[in-house]
Amino acid sequence: MNKIGLIIKREYSTRVKKKSFVIMTILGPLLFAALMIAPVILMQLEDDEYKKIAVIDESGMFHDALENTKYIEFNDVSLDYYDPATVSYDLSTAKQKLKDSDYYALLYIPHTAVQGVKGSVVIYSYQQPNVGLKMHIANGIEKRLEDIKLSIKAGEFGITEAQVTEILNVVNTNIDIVTSTLDEDGGEKESSTEVAMIIGYICGFLIYMFVFMYGSQVMRGVIEEKTTRIIEVIVSSVKPFQLMMGKIIGVALVGLTQFVLWVVLTIAIVTGAQSVLLKDYDTSQMTPQTINMGSTLNEDTPTPDEESMKFEEIFKAVFAVNYFQIIVLFLFYFIGGYLLYAAMFAIVGSAVDNETDTQQFMLPITVPLILAIVVMVSAINNPSGSLSYWFSIIPFTSPIVMMVRVPFGVPVVDLIISMSLLVLTFVFMTWFASKIYRVGILMYGKKVNYKELWKWFRYKN
Amino acid sequence: MNALVTENIEKRFANHLALDDVSIEVPQGSIFGLLGPNGAGKTTLIRIINQITAPDKGNVFINGEKLSSKHIYKIGYLPEERGLYKKMKVGEQALYLCQLKGLSKADALKSLKKWFEKFEIQSWWDKKVEELSKGMQQKIQFIITILHKPEILIFDEPFSGFDPINTNILKEEILELRKDGATIIFSTHNMASVEEICDHIALINKSQKILDGEINHIRNTYASDVYEIDFDGYFSKLESTLTSDYKIIEVIENQNGAKMKVEILNKEMKSNDLLSRMTQFGNISLFQKHLPGMNDIFIKVVGETNSKNEKTYNYE
Repeated sequence: MNKIGLIIKREYSTRVKKKSFVIMTILGPLLFAALMIAPVILMQLEDDEYKKIAVIDESGMFHDALENTKYIEFNDVSLDYYDPATVSYDLSTAKQKLKDSDYYALLYIPHTAVQGVKGSVVIYSYQQPNVGLKMHIANGIEKRLEDIKLSIKAGEFGITEAQVTEILNVVNTNIDIVTSTLDEDGGEKESSTEVAMIIGYICGFLIYMFVFMYGSQVMRGVIEEKTTRIIEVIVSSVKPFQLMMGKIIGVALVGLTQFVLWVVLTIAIVTGAQSVLLKDYDTSQMTPQTINMGSTLNEDTPTPDEESMKFEEIFKAVFAVNYFQIIVLFLFYFIGGYLLYAAMFAIVGSAVDNETDTQQFMLPITVPLILAIVVMVSAINNPSGSLSYWFSIIPFTSPIVMMVRVPFGVPVVDLIISMSLLVLTFVFMTWFASKIYRVGILMYGKKVNYKELWKWFRYKN
Repeated sequence: MNALVTENIEKRFANHLALDDVSIEVPQGSIFGLLGPNGAGKTTLIRIINQITAPDKGNVFINGEKLSSKHIYKIGYLPEERGLYKKMKVGEQALYLCQLKGLSKADALKSLKKWFEKFEIQSWWDKKVEELSKGMQQKIQFIITILHKPEILIFDEPFSGFDPINTNILKEEILELRKDGATIIFSTHNMASVEEICDHIALINKSQKILDGEINHIRNTYASDVYEIDFDGYFSKLESTLTSDYKIIEVIENQNGAKMKVEILNKEMKSNDLLSRMTQFGNISLFQKHLPGMNDIFIKVVGETNSKNEKTYNYE
C-alpha cells in the first residue's frame, strides 16, 4: 500500500506544480467572478454617462412629468419645432438635428399618448437606450396619465383628488398585506424551487466537467507512460493495478484541490468586488427608480420594506435547502462518477499508442455523459418523472442526473439503489479496466479494436 | 547453487504460444546470456521472471524459493523498451523509481548521490529528463536499475544507444557487480559482447529453448577439427606434403612463413600428427584449436531448427 501512496504523491505533485494547473486555478475563479460581477459593472458603466434628452410633447401635458436625475436631464424643445401654419410639430427636422446636437435622444410624445394609445411614445436615438432610461420615462408618463385619469374620475364621482388618493392609499396598504401573507405560503415554495434548480444545475455541470477534464488526464497519463516507455520499468516494481489506482486517485485529488481552490477563490473575489462595487451601486440609478415605482411620494417607506422582505424570503429559501445532504451526496457522486469514468479512460489510454488513436474508443465514454446532460435539462423540469428516475438509477448517468434531483428531495430508497449501483459498477469497471490495462500497457505498435480488447480481458494474469 | 531456475515454463497469448516448456538454470554469480532472434520469447520469459506476467504452466525459483512478490526487490531490471518521464527532474525521478523498488528515501538519496558522483553527472540532478541525450538517459536508467543492490540483474540490450566509451564503462560496471556477488542475466543480439562477458548462455528460438550451457563448453562442442597455426618456415614445402587428410581453410603468407587455419578431415588423425608433420619445415609459434564464434553458432543452430520445423509445419 505504501507504493500506491508513492504513486499518488507523484501523480499529485507533478500535476499541481504544472503551469497549466496554476493558470487554470487562477483563471477559473476570475472567470466565474467576472460572470457574476460583470452585469453590475456594465449597468454602472452605462448609468455613469450624463444624458440630455430633447422632448417634443405635443399635448404639453408630460414635459414636467419627467423628473431630472443625477444622470438624466430632460429639455422641452416642443416650441422649437412648432409650426403654427400647419398646427403641428416638425418631427422629421427634429430627428435630423439630433445628430449634430448634444442631445442623447429625442423623446416624442404625441397627442395620442393622452388616450393611452400603445406604442405612441417613441425615443429616437443613435444608441440603444438602456432599460433604466426607458423605465424612468415610462414611469413618469404612466404616473402622469394615472394622475389625469384620477382627477377625471374624481370629477365624475364628485369627490376630491385627495379623497381618491386616500382611497388608493388604503387599498394599497391592503394589497401589501395580502401579498406578504401570500408570499409566506406560496412565495416561499416558489423561490425554493428556483434555488433547487440552480443548485441542481451547478452540481450536475460540475460533475460532468470534472469527469471529462480529469478522466482525460488519467488517459493522457497512461499514454505518456506508454510512449515514454517508462511503463515496463515501473511494472517491474509495482503491480499494474497499483499503478492504475495510484494514478486515478492522484488525479482525483488534483481535481478536488482545484475544485476547492475555485470555490474559495471565487467567493473571495466576489465578496471583495461586492464590497467595493455595492457602495456605488446603492447611490446610483437604482434608488430613483425604486422611488418612481412607489405609487405616491408619501409612500416611499413601504417599498424598501418590501424589498428586504423579498431578500429575507430568498435567504430563507436558500437556507431551507438541506446543505449537509447536498454536500455529502455531491461529494459521493462527484467521486463515484469520476472513478467509474476514470477506469474507462484508463482502458482507452492503455489500448492506444498516442492520443490521436483514442477517438475510436471515446464513444462509450462520451455518449452516456452527453445523454446525462440532455436528460438533466428535462429532469430539472420534472425531477420525479420516470425519465429522471431511470437515468438517476443507471450508474453511467446517475452522478449527473441524481444530483439534479437531490435538491428537490429524493426518496431514500432511490438514493440507496442509485448509490449502491454506482459503487458496484465502479468496482466492477475498475476490475475490468485493470485486466485490460495490464495487457495494454505492454503492447506497442498494435492496431487495437474492441475484439482485441476483449481478448486481452480474457488473458490469464 | 543456482540463483535462478525456470522449470517447464509455458505461456500462451490467444492463439500464439510464446514460451513452450522452457527450463533454464542460472548459476549463482554467473553472467548468463539469454539469446535468441527477435520474437523468440526472451522478453516474455524476462517479464515472467519479473512477475510482470505469470506463466500458464511451470515454476520459477529464486535461490531455491518459489517466486513471490518479496523477490521483486531482489531483482533489478533494465528493459529493452525503456524510458523516463520526460517532464520530471532527473533527481526527483530517480528517487521516485528507487523508492518504488522499496528503498527508503534517505537510503535512495545517499546511494544516488554516490553514483552521480562516480559517473560525474551531479549537474544533471535538477535538469528535466527531456534536456538529456538518449545516452545520458540510459546512464540514469542503469543507475536506477542497480541502485537497490539486487541479487539478480536483468539487462535487456543494455548497450543499445551507448557510444563505445560508455559501453566500456558499463561493461566494467557489470563485471564489478558480478565481483560483488550479483548474478547477471543478459539478453542481447550483440554476440561479440556475449563472448566477451558471458559464461553461460541459453538460446531460445520460436518459443523453445534449443541450446544452453557453459559458453566454452558449447563452443568446444560446436568446434570442428580446425587449428589456428602461426608458422615460420617454408610454407610451399609444407603445403605440398599435406595429404588429403588435411585441408587448408585459410592462409596468409608473409616473409618468413604463414598464418593459417587447417582442418583435419580424417577423424582418426590427432592434432599431434599435424604438429609433427609441420615441425620438419619450420618453427611453430602458435598452434591452437579454433573455436567457433557465438555468432556462427547462433546462426547455425537457429537455422537448423528453423529448417527442421519447416519440414513438419502444416500449412493450414
